[in-house]
Amino acid sequence: MKDKGKIIAGVAIFAALVSFPFWYNTGTAKPAPELILAPEAKAAVTCILPKDQMAKEHMQLLDGWRNSVVREGQRVYVAEDGKKYDMSLSNTCLECHTNKADFCDKCHDYAAVNPYCWDCHVNPKEK
Amino acid sequence: MLEKALSGSRNYWLWIAGLMAVIAVAFMGYLQQWEFGLGVTGMSRDVSWGFYIAQFTFLVGVAAGGVMLVLPYYLHDYKAFGRITILGEFLAVAAVVMCLLFILADLGQPKRAMNVIFNATPYSMLFWDALVLNGYLLLNIVIGWKLLEAERNAVPAPKWIKYLIYLSIPWAFGIHTVTAFLYCGLPGRGYWLTAILAPRFLASAFAAGPSFLILLCFIVRKVTKFDPGTKAMQTLMKIITYALIANVFFLLCEIFTVFYSQIPEHMDHLKYLFFGHGDKVALVPWMWTSMFLMLSAIVLLVIPKIRNNEKYMPFICIMVFVGTWIDKGMGMIAGGFVPNAMHTYHEYTPTPLEILITVGVYATGLLVVTILYKIATQIKEEVNA
Amino acid sequence: MKESRRSFLKIAGVSALGVTAASNAHAIGEYFIPSEQAIKDQKVSTADRWGMVIDTRKLTHELNEKIAKSCHLNHNVPTLENKNHEIKWIWEEHYEHAFTQQPNEFQAEETAHAPILTLCNHCDNPPCVQACPTKATFQREDGIVLMDFHRCIGCRFCMAACPYGSRSFNFRDPRDAMEDGKPTNPEFPTRTKGVVEKCNFCAERLAVGKDPYCVEASEGALVFGDLSDENSEIRKVLKENYTIRRKASLGTGPSVFYIV
Repeated sequence: MKDKGKIIAGVAIFAALVSFPFWYNTGTAKPAPELILAPEAKAAVTCILPKDQMAKEHMQLLDGWRNSVVREGQRVYVAEDGKKYDMSLSNTCLECHTNKADFCDKCHDYAAVNPYCWDCHVNPKEK
Repeated sequence: MLEKALSGSRNYWLWIAGLMAVIAVAFMGYLQQWEFGLGVTGMSRDVSWGFYIAQFTFLVGVAAGGVMLVLPYYLHDYKAFGRITILGEFLAVAAVVMCLLFILADLGQPKRAMNVIFNATPYSMLFWDALVLNGYLLLNIVIGWKLLEAERNAVPAPKWIKYLIYLSIPWAFGIHTVTAFLYCGLPGRGYWLTAILAPRFLASAFAAGPSFLILLCFIVRKVTKFDPGTKAMQTLMKIITYALIANVFFLLCEIFTVFYSQIPEHMDHLKYLFFGHGDKVALVPWMWTSMFLMLSAIVLLVIPKIRNNEKYMPFICIMVFVGTWIDKGMGMIAGGFVPNAMHTYHEYTPTPLEILITVGVYATGLLVVTILYKIATQIKEEVNA
Repeated sequence: MKESRRSFLKIAGVSALGVTAASNAHAIGEYFIPSEQAIKDQKVSTADRWGMVIDTRKLTHELNEKIAKSCHLNHNVPTLENKNHEIKWIWEEHYEHAFTQQPNEFQAEETAHAPILTLCNHCDNPPCVQACPTKATFQREDGIVLMDFHRCIGCRFCMAACPYGSRSFNFRDPRDAMEDGKPTNPEFPTRTKGVVEKCNFCAERLAVGKDPYCVEASEGALVFGDLSDENSEIRKVLKENYTIRRKASLGTGPSVFYIV
């Protein structure tokens, strides 16, 4: 074990590098952003699913929507209460949630996720 | 065994550093492509595959070429190849690595590459190509590594390795056959729509692969104390002779069928490649250079005195390698798209950035070859000492 | 909490593993909405095999421009300066280029340069679907050959496979070419760089019972309908007129017919 020193130094450097993001960001945690509802959303009162469920699972739901629309050609979503919605991110979700920057982007930025939805789907209300 | 790659002469490190520098520059070029999209290349709506896919096709051949060492040794007990089969296996590893990198470089959405596995589609030839290439890579890494380890420890290789080797032989033919199937099953592309494509690919592979191996053998002989053996190289030259003749023969078969039947959709691609169309002549000098190199190489190769003379070997090998490279790496893919589906002529020339990225992938391949050959030759030096 | 989890599972459906066995077409980890919650619009137009007849006698350069413009503006197809990067869903070709298998050196001048409209043929036996390694290009039950842009890896195998030159590739971000990066039709998505695209037979309009944009703009030159329905208008037109298809001898079974 004549290389003991080198190995320990190497492991130490490796550990330091790998944990860099953790200690670099220590103590800088910011509170989660408040969701701001657009007037249109407030007026609608209910979303297609309960609020906390939407917050947690909207991505799976949208994944389901896109498969249903593109691959199955079924474009209408029937909610629990029987109400029907066009399965469309731009034309249904953003119809109420007109404030994409406040409603979508803020939280996505906070969680450091970069959904590629917006590469193609537009916010029709965006000026 | 990897530690053998970590100690070397000054020249060894200079070479590695040089390759790394090229890779770094090319990687910055790739970042530009990543940002902007494939629009940085010379590809177009009409010629939708270009230099990357052509290099990929050629290198699948180089990878398959290694089997020309493995097959005679393991199936015919040809002893002279015994000491260098490892060079063929490690060359295959580097070539397949380059193939995969070229495919990645060619994807419009490289982040989604795994979709080929998640949405496995057995009727798509690309799915099979991904499968056989990765399989071949794995086979050669395991086989090469285990054989070398056994040699270093002076013990017989594990028994199961033999079955993997037997499997790798048809597999080598398989990778290039499937690669040809990518093209020759497409209904509207007359240049590729021919059953001779897979045999032609294999023939050119068994000329190009061994030529590159011989060139590598000369380098190995120069920079290490390991001698691959004159006899082995002479036999490889003989294999190249047959393969190159077969390649040109298959090409002539294609030319006969196409020009005797005179069906325009098949004929016009070859006409464009060798004679151009009006002022569209970008590939004409290249194609004739390729023909000249291959034909004159055949003349030299069939004369045993020249073929077996180590003084001429490198030159002949360069001729074969460059000749087959132009044929496949330049003419084969672009030629299939000109004229296009509307029978209009839209030419393709790679952009400097495209060429830079291509050079970067080749440098990566050379780096892999260097490291693997360094390990292999050093172990052989030690065993021989 | 437990309750909402259960109801979500009901809504979001089983993950693909289960569905794969049933439909054999979906990727691992993808979600599907169960069939009682995902339905078609009441106004949906249905068919067993959608097809189109193009009456080339009625086509003029101006009309072709109008038709292509209607399609391209509504589908956010960008107009790109660089010809290499060109994207088109429906466009004009001269007769000799549209019908390469009908060479005729004594063709009447007028016919040889007749303005023909070309678009995806929505083949019955589509080579692009066969080539696609991810099923991003697939054939629907109603015969439409559709693209799932979410899934396309941009390998361009389909472009090599298509014998009609119907496919375009996004060599760059299409939004760069749009005014202020804004699409002309905000209700329809744009594409992203690195994916292939082509005519979708206006699947989004058929879903709500409307005719494709090109048909609407065609002043009667384009007839659209169900090829499998003997009583449909398109079948009537096909019965009464001599029609040809592009490169039909390749066995692709194009669903676009031309009256010449």
